[in-house]
Amino acid sequence: MKFAVIVFPGSNCDLDMYHAVTDALGEEASYVFHTETSLDGFDAVLLPGGFSYGDYLRCGAIAQFSPIMEEVKRFATEGKPVLGVCNGFQVLVEAGLLPGVLLRNKELKFMCRTTRLKVANASTCFTSDYADGEVIDIPIAHGEGNYYCDDATYAMLKTHGQIAFTYVDNPNGSRGDIAGITNRTGNVLGMMPHPERAVEALLGSTDGLRLFTSLVKQGANHVKTTV
Amino acid sequence: MLKRQSEPTTEMIKEQRLYAEMGLSDAEYGLVVDLLGREPNYTEIGLFSVMWSEHCSYKTSKPVLRQFPTTGPRVLQGPGEGAGVVDIGDGQAVVFKIESHNHPSAVEPYQGAATGVGGIIRDIFSMGARPVALLNSLRFGHLGTANVDRLFERVVAGIAGYGNCVGIPTVGGEIAFDHSYTGNPLVNAMCVGLIKHEDIQKGLAKGIGNSVMYVGAATGRDGIHGATFASEDLGEDTEAKRPAVQVGDPFMEKLLIEACLEIVGHPALVGMQDMGAAGLTSSSSEMASKAGTGIEMHLDDVPQRETEMTPYEMMLSESQERMLLVVERGREAEIEQIVSKWGLHAVHIGEVIEEKVLRLIHHGDVVAEVPVDALAEEAPVYNKPARVPAYYEEFQSMKEETPVVEDTLDTWRKLLRQPTIASKRWVYDQYDHMVQTSTVIAPGSDAAVIRVRGTDKALAMTTDCNSRYVYLDPYVGGQIAVAEAARNIVASGGLPLAITDCLNFGNPDKPEGFWQLKEATAGMAEACRILETPVISGNVSLYNESGQAINPTPVVGMVGLIERTEWITTQSFKQAGDRIFLLGETMSEFGGSELQYMLHEKSFGKAPRIDLSLEQERLTNLRDAIQSGYVNTIHDVSEGGIAVALAEMTFGTRFGLEAEIDLPSVLLFSETQSRFLAAVPAEHADAFKALTGATEIGRVTEEDKIRVKTADELIELERSVLERDWEGAIACYMK
Amino acid sequence: MKKVIVFATLRESILDPQGVAVKGGLAQLGFTGVEEVRIGKRIELLVTDETTDMMVREMCERLLVNPVMEDYEFSIEEVASV
Repeated sequence: MKFAVIVFPGSNCDLDMYHAVTDALGEEASYVFHTETSLDGFDAVLLPGGFSYGDYLRCGAIAQFSPIMEEVKRFATEGKPVLGVCNGFQVLVEAGLLPGVLLRNKELKFMCRTTRLKVANASTCFTSDYADGEVIDIPIAHGEGNYYCDDATYAMLKTHGQIAFTYVDNPNGSRGDIAGITNRTGNVLGMMPHPERAVEALLGSTDGLRLFTSLVKQGANHVKTTV
Repeated sequence: MLKRQSEPTTEMIKEQRLYAEMGLSDAEYGLVVDLLGREPNYTEIGLFSVMWSEHCSYKTSKPVLRQFPTTGPRVLQGPGEGAGVVDIGDGQAVVFKIESHNHPSAVEPYQGAATGVGGIIRDIFSMGARPVALLNSLRFGHLGTANVDRLFERVVAGIAGYGNCVGIPTVGGEIAFDHSYTGNPLVNAMCVGLIKHEDIQKGLAKGIGNSVMYVGAATGRDGIHGATFASEDLGEDTEAKRPAVQVGDPFMEKLLIEACLEIVGHPALVGMQDMGAAGLTSSSSEMASKAGTGIEMHLDDVPQRETEMTPYEMMLSESQERMLLVVERGREAEIEQIVSKWGLHAVHIGEVIEEKVLRLIHHGDVVAEVPVDALAEEAPVYNKPARVPAYYEEFQSMKEETPVVEDTLDTWRKLLRQPTIASKRWVYDQYDHMVQTSTVIAPGSDAAVIRVRGTDKALAMTTDCNSRYVYLDPYVGGQIAVAEAARNIVASGGLPLAITDCLNFGNPDKPEGFWQLKEATAGMAEACRILETPVISGNVSLYNESGQAINPTPVVGMVGLIERTEWITTQSFKQAGDRIFLLGETMSEFGGSELQYMLHEKSFGKAPRIDLSLEQERLTNLRDAIQSGYVNTIHDVSEGGIAVALAEMTFGTRFGLEAEIDLPSVLLFSETQSRFLAAVPAEHADAFKALTGATEIGRVTEEDKIRVKTADELIELERSVLERDWEGAIACYMK
Repeated sequence: MKKVIVFATLRESILDPQGVAVKGGLAQLGFTGVEEVRIGKRIELLVTDETTDMMVREMCERLLVNPVMEDYEFSIEEVASV
């Protein structure tokens, strides 16, 4: 399976994503620069964390107009998996691929720590290797991760099982303890916690690895059904 | 404002002694005239004033810095370049340096701290190294007063704001609180990078005719006279000097890092240096001086953010995030192609010339022409008078007194709530300490540990300095600063490689102040020789006085090599049943201790003794023990003594302990040096004891209880109560 | 009641990294005619009638703006009490 790691100016978890895929998962990955316009040959797209364009104006606001984003939208429309982590989540929200918005943390401070997440929906292509309700350890590192949406959107997220992960101890004030959501069709996931930081025992947790293995399995099935 | 008026003439500079306002003495002005063979114009005297400031020339500290050992079998680059470089085997090396940003942080704490971080990062990648970790050594007055709380909060926010955005993990450092820093906080930033030997760059302007290129942010009027500013006392008129504040742009820095590291592998690159203090002036004159060449610069081509900038302003600007490159003639387009990918431009602003001068051309005229060696090498060096301060004589003649502690338990809890000792989670929670996914030991243990990707190695890193000991006895305190850093490295499983130092002192023009500097560096040099950790880079920050002098604070940044990741050790207990050992004798030593400060709000008496050969022997034995797999947990005994160290070993775990220590209770708080606590699996207890000579004092338990029997009493308390005291103290102040 | 509107802007010589990045973003969208972008803050205060200009100025200088880096101006308008 081949992963594209999108690099915006100011992305800084691109290397971490790349190594999570190549070293820990043992799959193929390539960096795709924001100025490129094609995702041909890739099976999944990863939007890494960081501070694209310095997070100036609003997080993700400038990155959404990068040339590659048109192609990411097309890729998503075809039903292929797109994962945005942290700043990647913010870009997906600004680009309209996911609903809602990410506000400043309720304590107004950047926070970096390992958090406990509950798997709220284990039937997505990103979470199938987890069990429903399972609690996992994944680090967060953000200043603006306080997920907010209006009542109608929140009801819709709940009805359609779009809430993928919730915080056990909500660190940032997110509505409904939301840590990660998918789009209606389930092939676009945005989450503030960093699964790519939890793929090696040496660094403390391997709970993030199964998100990537879920994708690989789904990819294999996808190939089977389309052949 | 100066900018709108015509500049002072050569005569005015001389007659009105305008050079004095820039920090040059009459004698120094005379020396400039001698070196030039004529009187300098306004731009030229500006060049001298920044290059001959203490910050750039080390004119006061040079004689004492000569004491440091700077070479060793692993040292690839000692002091003199952007940062020092040490071999770690397999063709790889570690690059590191620490630098102060005290004065800017006192004026504008957020931007001062942020630009301090930015500057030290550029020192690392200008060597060609990928920055992999940041550390900070911070000092403030007492929390609980509005101004100190604000400085503390904004400095931490500035470090976080810059480091998080630029994507380099902030993995460690130290923070201490003492009233001597009330008006003059210390902000020292350290950066560590990794490099392949063949990629090591030097800031050399070689090759006559080669192009001098400018990459990064445009030049504005910010920070003019920052280097001079950094070399003065903070006084009443600090407020008036505020326009010197620079704003950091970590996004620009991130682009610069990526662009410059891509250029490093390119054969057209000849040399690279960051425009730090004294900006264009220092980078150009130093690169030329080191290469034995000169540089002719066309100031009209310098990218400018503001209009009508004068040569003086351009040359003295300290706008951030700028790099100076020397590139082979005719290959400029290849470099431009790389940097433009990152949205930047490489602008040709001059050439390397044979004549060893810095020649500046503006609007078609030569506006300055100065020998580069005169700027970079020929600043006067002063051997300042030193005098033993009266306080030192008094402290040395004091009888050593053991404090009276009536309630051991209560004292123990209070000590854990002292901000210097309490958990710094409130701080490092705001730092992204995990980005780059290599942080094995996060902030909070003795040293931080970063694995070296693609190998089984790791690097341990720490910053240390107990300034109270240095104040009481600069020589011994200097030795202890180096030794404590080595203890932290060894306790994490590493071999100490080398140090970088940041010498934060008061006014060296006062003989007592210079004595502190001289003695402390002599002690450090001695410790570096015995512990085999040469000094490979560093920075000097003098004149740290606003009202009162700070405690002399020579911060030691040390990096150690862990050859195998399995040797990585932390200070937390791992399993119940492990035997607890104490290595080293405990004496009644309370001079400069946290307990003394807590009881009296001041430090007095003698600093704790230290025997460096004994220290080295213990460090070697402990390393052997770790590498033999005997040890589960190691923690050095420092501020707050055995009591604090034991408690810290239980924090963040579900374990408690039982110990029997044959000492009077009060000695649990003594700060005798060269001591360690270890937890050792029962099956290795005998081997560990035989190897190190440590004394078994107890064992790790599964209970939420700390039970210590001393010669006086049985002390019993809940671990979770102690942990709450320790964990909540700083957050409580900052609410 | 009076409504105070404070505009805080970066001083002339201070770099505005945010403005520079936004200018780049606008250029990416095809708005190439933008020479400079500088970003400031608008702060609205609802205050009692007794609040004087002097007091507003003091609020600005002691808290609302950072005098090291920012300039400010403000306007005051009467609003009907609730």
